[in-house]
Amino acid sequence: MPSLKDVQDKIVGVKKTSQITSAMNMVASAKLRGAQEKMENFEPYANKFNETMSTLSGGGNTDQFPLMEVRDVKNVELVVITSDRGLCGSFNSNIIQLAEKKIREYEAEGKNISIVCVGKKAFQLLKKTGNVRAQFTDIMSDFQMFNAREIAQDVATQFTNGETDKVEVIYGHFQSVAIQKPVVQDMLPITPSETDGESETETQAVGDYIYEPSTEEIMDVMQPLYLNVIIYNAMLQVGASEHAARMTAMDNATNACKDIVSDLTLVYNKARQAAVTGELMDIVGGAEALKG
Amino acid sequence: MAQQIHLEVVTPAGAVVSEDVDIVNAPGYGGDFGVLANHAPFLSTIKIGLLTYEKGNERKSLMISGGFSEVSNNKITFLVESAEEGSQIDVDRAMKAKERAEKRLSQAAAQDDNFNTVRAEAALQRALARLKASKVA
Repeated sequence: MPSLKDVQDKIVGVKKTSQITSAMNMVASAKLRGAQEKMENFEPYANKFNETMSTLSGGGNTDQFPLMEVRDVKNVELVVITSDRGLCGSFNSNIIQLAEKKIREYEAEGKNISIVCVGKKAFQLLKKTGNVRAQFTDIMSDFQMFNAREIAQDVATQFTNGETDKVEVIYGHFQSVAIQKPVVQDMLPITPSETDGESETETQAVGDYIYEPSTEEIMDVMQPLYLNVIIYNAMLQVGASEHAARMTAMDNATNACKDIVSDLTLVYNKARQAAVTGELMDIVGGAEALKG
Repeated sequence: MAQQIHLEVVTPAGAVVSEDVDIVNAPGYGGDFGVLANHAPFLSTIKIGLLTYEKGNERKSLMISGGFSEVSNNKITFLVESAEEGSQIDVDRAMKAKERAEKRLSQAAAQDDNFNTVRAEAALQRALARLKASKVA
């Protein structure tokens, strides 16, 4: 049986931990709101962009663009996007697991793998594979479009130089506050026209556009932008998912702390009661002895 | 009342403008262009520069950086990386940015540094567009 002092110290310790976890929960929920807003603000841009992109690629000849070139796949690059910081449950490890699964699959097919890590956790957990080509860390807490552009340009250059034949992005998709799912998205080569149902009918009704300068040159501008949009979107998703995952994790931790405290309090009360009983016995025994 | 066209300016940080206007002037790939109501469907890339639009007697201007614009169904949409309203531009800062960019440009040109020349040029263009936008507003 632990001593009263030990149990008391432990209760105090666990209570302090729960203070920290519940504070982290609140911070995460405040940050989540910001991240969600950022995501919602980006939506109209992304939607409009994809719409225009499919209008464009529907019309022109797509083979001539270096970013659309479909080659025999020998070298695959994975862009793995995670958060910079941990303490958010299994969010990052789920992404890493998916990435590792993909790596095994491609390796089984005899393909060369290279990895671009975005976010510190991705780098920490994937560097042991020895395939990390580039890393972008410590940007997830406050990133802008130009961070995404830097990554997209780096990846695109590798592709146009023929160093990679296929690029996929792996990130945590924000479905809701409760659900974040790791997903794989194709990035390069750019596949023409995502058939998005509704947007297609709308753009077809509009008829032919006047293009300035020309479809080809517009595509030359649009395609790198399109890659930025993919990366930026993935980063936004990871940003929001991270905070949501941390909220859940910290909520669980706070609850676990409460359980431990109530268990320990029971132990403490039992120990105290035992001590009181022991003392009473001593006093009663002493009084009996005095009576003689 | 003349017919109007719906103008939308969208950036990754959200929609900046969404209203019906009389005329829009923008820096297109091949030079500035103006768009009135019922323009034919049109798609152009956009350079860094000044976007101005008029509505009645009101005249507003925005500094926009690269992207593209699309006209369809009497609606013109600009998808640009950033857009700043003339009245919100910090003139001092833009002035300083201009001087800095000019200095960098001459340095980079002297060293034959292509990469930095391009960067400095873009910075200079942005600064100039900001200054222009703040004067018109």
